[in-house]
Amino acid sequence: MTVARSKPILTAGKYAALLAYLTFALFPLYWLLKIAITPDQLIFSEGTTLWPSSLTLDNFRTVLFQTDFLYYFGNSLYVSLGTAAATTLIAAGAGYAFSRFDFGGKKIIIAIMLITQMFPLLMIIAPIYKMVASLGLLNSLTSLIVVYTAFNIPFATFLMQSFFDGIPKDLEEAAMMDGCSRFQALRKVIFPLTLPGLGATLGFVFTAAWSELLFALMLISKNEAMTFPVGLLTFVSKFSVDWGQMMAAGVLALIPSCLFFIFIQRYLVQGLTSGAVKG
Amino acid sequence: MARIELKDVVKCYGTVEVLRDINLDIKDGEFIVLVGPSGCGKSTLLRMIAGLEPISQGDFLIGGERMNDVRPRDRDIAMVFQSYALYPHMDVARNMGFSMEIRKDPANERMSRVKQAADTLGLTALTERLPKALSGGQRQRVAMGRAIIRDPRAFLFDEPLSNLDASLRVEMRLEIARLHQKLGATMIYVTHDQVEALTLADRIVVLNGGDIQQVGSPLELYERPANKFVAQFIGSPTMNVVSVTGGKNKVTTADGVAIALPHLKGTERAVEMGIRPEHIDVVDVNAGHLIGIADVVEHLGSDTNIYVDVEGLGPILVRKHGNIPAKTGDRLGLRIQSENAHAFAADGVALRQTNTNEA
Amino acid sequence: MTDRTSKSILPGGTRARRSLYWQYLVEPYLYLSPAIFLIGIVMMIPLIIGISYSFQSIELLKPFDTGWVGLENYQKLWSDRKFWLALENTFWWTFWSISFQFLLGLGLAMLLTTQFYGKKLFQALVFLPWAVPTFLSALTWAWLFNPVIGPLPHWMASLGILSEPYNIMGDPNLAMWGPIVANIWFGVPFFAITLLAALQSIPNDMYEAAEIDGASAWQVFTKITLPFLAPMIAITVMLRTIWIANFADLIYVMTGGGPANSTQIVSSYIFTTAFRKLDFGYASAIAVALLFILLTYAVFLLWLRKKLVKT
Repeated sequence: MTVARSKPILTAGKYAALLAYLTFALFPLYWLLKIAITPDQLIFSEGTTLWPSSLTLDNFRTVLFQTDFLYYFGNSLYVSLGTAAATTLIAAGAGYAFSRFDFGGKKIIIAIMLITQMFPLLMIIAPIYKMVASLGLLNSLTSLIVVYTAFNIPFATFLMQSFFDGIPKDLEEAAMMDGCSRFQALRKVIFPLTLPGLGATLGFVFTAAWSELLFALMLISKNEAMTFPVGLLTFVSKFSVDWGQMMAAGVLALIPSCLFFIFIQRYLVQGLTSGAVKG
Repeated sequence: MARIELKDVVKCYGTVEVLRDINLDIKDGEFIVLVGPSGCGKSTLLRMIAGLEPISQGDFLIGGERMNDVRPRDRDIAMVFQSYALYPHMDVARNMGFSMEIRKDPANERMSRVKQAADTLGLTALTERLPKALSGGQRQRVAMGRAIIRDPRAFLFDEPLSNLDASLRVEMRLEIARLHQKLGATMIYVTHDQVEALTLADRIVVLNGGDIQQVGSPLELYERPANKFVAQFIGSPTMNVVSVTGGKNKVTTADGVAIALPHLKGTERAVEMGIRPEHIDVVDVNAGHLIGIADVVEHLGSDTNIYVDVEGLGPILVRKHGNIPAKTGDRLGLRIQSENAHAFAADGVALRQTNTNEA
Repeated sequence: MTDRTSKSILPGGTRARRSLYWQYLVEPYLYLSPAIFLIGIVMMIPLIIGISYSFQSIELLKPFDTGWVGLENYQKLWSDRKFWLALENTFWWTFWSISFQFLLGLGLAMLLTTQFYGKKLFQALVFLPWAVPTFLSALTWAWLFNPVIGPLPHWMASLGILSEPYNIMGDPNLAMWGPIVANIWFGVPFFAITLLAALQSIPNDMYEAAEIDGASAWQVFTKITLPFLAPMIAITVMLRTIWIANFADLIYVMTGGGPANSTQIVSSYIFTTAFRKLDFGYASAIAVALLFILLTYAVFLLWLRKKLVKT
């Protein structure tokens, strides 16, 4: 706070630090983009220079139209949106119950949810594989949605609870005095006020589902059902020399996350602290 | 409009009883104020009447009908919240008309009622604003508008003025009094401010620690408090209480001054005497019951408050009308208007007055 | 008191009781049941099944060899050199990741509490790595460490850190630093955000009072900021420790645990055992061992938290 108030050396140091952080954060992403737009024939001669001598969008074109990229992209979009919608809906219900009711078993359920946040998810990868396999649902995107939804419910619930906690209880009570049933109060008064919270939760869950890799690797083996991370990994082994295409695919994979990130940015501080402190 | 009855009502949280044996009969059109220190259970009682808090035991009736298990929406009661609880995403008009919207009343009737209420409360120019664009006083008015618009059987107020500054509070207090006169509706009002209680109430219910201490008109509570708690809670500044020894028709202070109290029954049981600051006269040093030295003198213009340090008894507050030319360090004689004195037994219960005809 | 509470069920009869049940038992569970159901089916039941697997021989490649084997998997685990190596690697992976994430995160959070031009944009950009999907962070850093297309080996060579520009992830002595650097990059924003929120919750008048009392910037930091943040820091760091210890994605994508298992941590070992060898029994035994270790740690953490909250 009081650092770097007047002393020029401190001010210079501060800006140097800011620059260093910025470089550290952005350089890898810049590199991703740079290789993606470097023409193939220049990669080996200029692979490590900071700026290529000529640019091309060929890699993007190839990735989009000559590979299964759009398949993977579509699958991932389907899974992530499905997970985000299902999780947000379910977590909103659970968060509302935690925020507004005092009931028998509440502490136990909260404790269980906290524990699920702590134990290694990989622990259940074998049982889940066998369960899903015995139901004949391997290579099904729906099974991924169900699994991801369950994984994300605890955190999303705590997040939604913190949003509901931020809405005064008086408002619902006033609505009930005004003649609403509890559900009407929820729909007419609480729901409109919690829209930003719902949006933020959607964003969080979407990003989480978008980047999940290990369970998808285990449960999906057919090419047409692969989600983006799985598909991209097979890309890497299949075309291990075609750097430009892989990075172009990487840049494209970044787009949805970044869009959501911009959207949820302002809720990050609020959401994370409530999630973290409660843990 | 309706009579509201509470019979042996109890509220528990788990095994903790926060309200015990509440019996109250509120007449149609009566203005009842629930008053007490924070944590006494007054807000809980109000919320039980509203239906926001379940009643653990006992019966609650509106218009003779048992309402314990009726949902808030079906009780036909309006409530003004301490926080106002205005819906932040609705404009003033929609906030006020929300209850009619929920009940699917015709839109044109709703409009005209909203307009009427807005006119009554001086909100006509503000009906399209959102709550966040209103001042505290305006929000308070909207909250009241929301209550009056539906013509309910009873109004509940939960410390409605506590978020306003002093001058607005006086203004809104008058407004509520006027509203009660105009509507003649049953009103139940919770406050910790005894001035609001004394000025607004037909009858005051004093609560402490989950028990009703006394129910009565403002004057009754002032003149005949049932116990030491009520005596000290009602009246400003607070009543002086000094330890005494009881005797026949008199009490004796620690330094041996006897004060005759012929108007009280059973003075033998008295262990404390209470006297309001306005019931003590300042007299010549040897002409009164007590002698003390003025410690602090507050000149309020209309009144003078003198904190007198009485040897052996501790500080005694005296309030006199007008300007008394006393100053710090003065030696003063104090004469107690013994006909206005109260005495309390060991359990805090006030000794009954001989001229009252209570049962 | 006692006779009153026992009486409390009687008046009102069934109607009151039904409404109480409705409000306190039924209604909240109506909102909760989908969450409970899913967590139960997808997490709790598999957890129990997983524990039972650890006492069985379940290898998908040897389908006729299935059955209860008692503690055999655990005996195997005890003498499995790879497991102990993975445990050691887990420790170093977690320790270095968390230390750098925390220190850099704290620095960033402190910077973000000061005023400067373009702060909003800066904040959005610096937090961006957090939004990058994990597999993509892993790939990006793997590429950056690749001497063919990445600049890092060349820079390190010219700085004299490396004798020549080669891929450190091929060197068993250095390979772990690849995923660790990626993890730091990915994790700094989380700490910065959490600490920033905590910093913003320190009342401003505390700083003003300190300034009036003539405290230097360093004194303000050590006497006000750190003590105020301490409980929050302790809890966040510990929870994050568990998370990082479990976090196998980066390692799996960047090195696959190699070379020569030098980057294998316990959770990536679970995954490779289950996914590559399809030996579910043994993978589950490793998982139970990890769970046990983390549980011990968590109990310690809760005990510490209790102490911290009290003081």
